[in-house]
Amino acid sequence: MEGLATAAALLAVAVLAIVLISVARKGLPALNLDFFTKNAAPFGETGGGIANAIVGTVIIVLIAAAISLPIGVLLAIFNTEFAPQRLADAIRLTLNVLAGVPTIVIGVFIFSLIVVGRGQSGFAGALGLSIIMLPLIARATEEVLLLVPSTLREGSMALGASRTRTVLTVILPTAVGGIVTATIVAVARAAGETAPLLFTCSIFVATTVTTDPRQAMATLSIVIFSSSESPNAHDQQVAWAAALVLIAVVLIGSIVGRLLSARTRRQIERAR
Amino acid sequence: MAAEAPPQSLSTSGHFRRRLGDRALRVITALAVLVLTLVMVLLVYEVVDLARPSMSEFGVGFLSGTEWNAVTDKFGALDLIWGTLATSLIALLIAVPIASAIALFLTELAPAVLRTPVGMLVELLAAIPSVVLGLWGIVVMGPFLNDHVEPWMISHLGFIPFLDGYPSPVGLLPACLILTIMIVPIVASISRELLASVPSELKSGAMALGATRWEMVRRVALPQVGAGLVAGTMLGFARAVGEAIAVTQVIGGSLVRPQNLYAPADTLAGRLAAQYSGAATALQKSSLAYLAVILLVISLITNLVANLIVRRMRRRLGTP
Repeated sequence: MEGLATAAALLAVAVLAIVLISVARKGLPALNLDFFTKNAAPFGETGGGIANAIVGTVIIVLIAAAISLPIGVLLAIFNTEFAPQRLADAIRLTLNVLAGVPTIVIGVFIFSLIVVGRGQSGFAGALGLSIIMLPLIARATEEVLLLVPSTLREGSMALGASRTRTVLTVILPTAVGGIVTATIVAVARAAGETAPLLFTCSIFVATTVTTDPRQAMATLSIVIFSSSESPNAHDQQVAWAAALVLIAVVLIGSIVGRLLSARTRRQIERAR
Repeated sequence: MAAEAPPQSLSTSGHFRRRLGDRALRVITALAVLVLTLVMVLLVYEVVDLARPSMSEFGVGFLSGTEWNAVTDKFGALDLIWGTLATSLIALLIAVPIASAIALFLTELAPAVLRTPVGMLVELLAAIPSVVLGLWGIVVMGPFLNDHVEPWMISHLGFIPFLDGYPSPVGLLPACLILTIMIVPIVASISRELLASVPSELKSGAMALGATRWEMVRRVALPQVGAGLVAGTMLGFARAVGEAIAVTQVIGGSLVRPQNLYAPADTLAGRLAAQYSGAATALQKSSLAYLAVILLVISLITNLVANLIVRRMRRRLGTP
């Protein structure tokens, strides 16, 4: 039995390695400066790059973070500072259930809410991603807020500081590292999402960089998705190279997030 | 008396200001709760609203209809429900034993230096974007299955009814395997967390009584967290049911129910991803939204129940 358990762990690590090696082997040959700085080549031509998709992904994910970060942190503060036990439990449960809603359904929701009548836009895509990020940021932030030693809070209150001042000047600064890591992990997750963008931000002009979120913008994930279904060898090449860029961003974000998170925990625990 | 008045009024105003600040923070944070509630309610409302025309046209019969025809404008979800359950359950069948074994390895067997890095690598598997996994699925895994695995399965296991047929680079099998890769880390991380929280007195008690490590795991640790493993499995199921992108890339998008494990099929989420943008008729679009309603109902119920179980487990094992 013990051998089987070890084999299972090896298998999981091996699958990760196989996927990463495939993506690297097929993506690396197409990576060069042009790939990062040029837009997609016109149909039928080779060369070109994914500059527009990189710009689009960055803008959309930043907007999504700007929406979900404040709401998520406020939710976490409400849960740890004000909510009675039962309400806090209900909010946690709602966040978990929201995190479990299929991302494609979130795409349909944003389509119905915003795209119908107004058309696709980077903003609509960002709103979809923000719904995915919200539970991640809110739950992780709450966990860090709960780690802040109660002695710090009590000390601040005993010195006569109000609850608001305690939260703003003692608790949040102690927890800021944890909130940053939560945001990094959520950003990495959102950058890799395709389903919420499929109906909300997928029809764009591929040969120009768009920086206006009122229009649909190219994103890495949609570029990979649409080129992966193309029989054209050049499109496939673009898909692999874009996949390599995306997977690098997502994995680095996840790894950095996890390492930082472990560090923040240690720091807060040392303060105890 | 007069000399005492100013400090007193100062302190009241300070107190008042402080209360005002606290109240403002309470109101602002409560607004965030309102936003969350609104998102949840609007989400359900909007999706159901889109599905309304199809709901009134086909009613509950939509769930048992097998036709999906944009020309005659007749739609039914039975084959898609079948495809969704088939892919998710087969994926669970493969993933749950592997994930439990990984959790055991990480909590009981692995040397301490390996636990954190191996645990992290397994979780990174969950961080691979589904569109990248799908790309790998169609270009690398699908052809490999088609050339090597499926012919072998057909010649050696073909006597089992559903396992006979012709190899295909896209179809049920690759979809099941991609879903397996996605849910192993989810089930493993929940099982691992729960197994790790089994009180060590129980574990060392069993070992002290002469149990081997495997007996301790089977008789002491697993029964402690059994319900939690069920919850972890449910969360994996919900994830598999809701996955649209990677599945639609590798499953082949067939309009009919597959005759064997290798043939193209389709799922609720896969059909939604493939057809929603290009739906030919209003009723087709609405029927696709109906599929989203089915997905939403499955995911809400599964996540709710699983989370309630996990919460109860955590309370019992005394972790927050």
